[in-house]
Amino acid sequence: MLTVDPITKGIVLDHIRAGNGIKIFERLGLREVEYPVALVMNVPSNKMGRKDIIKISDTLALDLTLLGLLDPDITVSYIDEGKVTEKVKIGLPERVEGLIECKNPRCISSYERHGQSVFILVDRKTKEYQCFYCGERVRV
Amino acid sequence: MRERENAAKWTGRHFIDSLDLSPPEYESLFNLANQIKKDPSKYSSRCAGKLMATLFYEPSTRTRLSFEAAMLRLGGQVLSVSDVATSSVAKGESLADTIRTVGGYADLIVMRHPREGAARLAALYAPVPLINGGDGAREHPTQTLTDLFTIETFKNRLEDLTVAFCGDLRYGRTVHSLIKALARRSKIRFVLISPEELRLPDSIKNDVVASGSGVEIRESVDMENGLRECDVLYMTRIQKERFFNEEDYIKLRDTYILTPEKMKLAKKDAIVMHPLPRVTEISQEVDTDERAIYFQQARLGMVIRMALILRLLEET
Repeated sequence: MLTVDPITKGIVLDHIRAGNGIKIFERLGLREVEYPVALVMNVPSNKMGRKDIIKISDTLALDLTLLGLLDPDITVSYIDEGKVTEKVKIGLPERVEGLIECKNPRCISSYERHGQSVFILVDRKTKEYQCFYCGERVRV
Repeated sequence: MRERENAAKWTGRHFIDSLDLSPPEYESLFNLANQIKKDPSKYSSRCAGKLMATLFYEPSTRTRLSFEAAMLRLGGQVLSVSDVATSSVAKGESLADTIRTVGGYADLIVMRHPREGAARLAALYAPVPLINGGDGAREHPTQTLTDLFTIETFKNRLEDLTVAFCGDLRYGRTVHSLIKALARRSKIRFVLISPEELRLPDSIKNDVVASGSGVEIRESVDMENGLRECDVLYMTRIQKERFFNEEDYIKLRDTYILTPEKMKLAKKDAIVMHPLPRVTEISQEVDTDERAIYFQQARLGMVIRMALILRLLEET
């Protein structure tokens, strides 16, 4: 079994759906950083069968909204002095600003400079969001 | 005391979506509008010293005039830009900046914009109450206010009604707003008459069904079918400006024409409504039928807008 050393300070993203790790790694820009980062793929998991894990040995500010959209089942653990100081189960964000583009060509958000897209979660089960401005619905 | 309580409830509010008001709030506006109808002179200076700005990014005669007449009849004054698109927008000003600037001049803003959701965005920046005078194909809440007030006036109820909508149900914002508002009432049955291409969007149908109000919806391409059973026939124009392609418009524009012959099929106490302007969808011979109440509807629109303006501006 492949092992990666525990980190003493940083962040662990656990329970990433297998195959999603590389996408999240790229979206967080982890290829560019200078501190140690580990992406472990296809780790056996009792709950998920297989999962991916990302370990980051630094305390960067994570965009939890983006992470929640990419994979709502992720658990984020903040580590300090080798101990977990905080554990967050992300879930789908209630409100998403600037990350989902409204597909309605008549929506004000695609036209107005101040109109950064805003989507509100309307159905957690179907992962459906609704444009705050025009009401257009989208599944993530 | 009652007046003050009412004012407290309305102060600082916007009117963006027909669902922004609860059914009791609609009733309270109907009551005020009926009082205004009964004794207009009592209200003729209630908005003295107040200024209303109308910003229309899309051509409109009727809605703008109705609002302006309403404000003037309340003793207020009006700042009007009939075609904003050729002024500040041409210089590259954002909607948010225009609203913040105009909100510094006026006590109330009425805005029409071709983009969907524009009024919701504008309301985020408006320092004074903002009324949506229509945003793209989405909402036209004061037309809904007018339509509900008209139905209440002529049918004496907003429940247990069969309402047939005919024409452009896809892009017709007045239809969307009215359907959502009526769906909150009990025993409402909708008959949706339109060509396949202009059917009511599924999203609105789903919302109405999901609202759990037990509304019945039946769709048909046949106008006569709906005419026989309806208490209210709501006719709409096929709107040229909503089509990207003129050929599609020409193909569909004369699909439904209400004639005196067709009116023979309708109930004796049915009413025919239309948000106006009418083009060819109601023949002029129908105008003399006492069930055709669309011009009275337009008049009621001004009165109910007076009630709305009064509520939003009082005690501010």
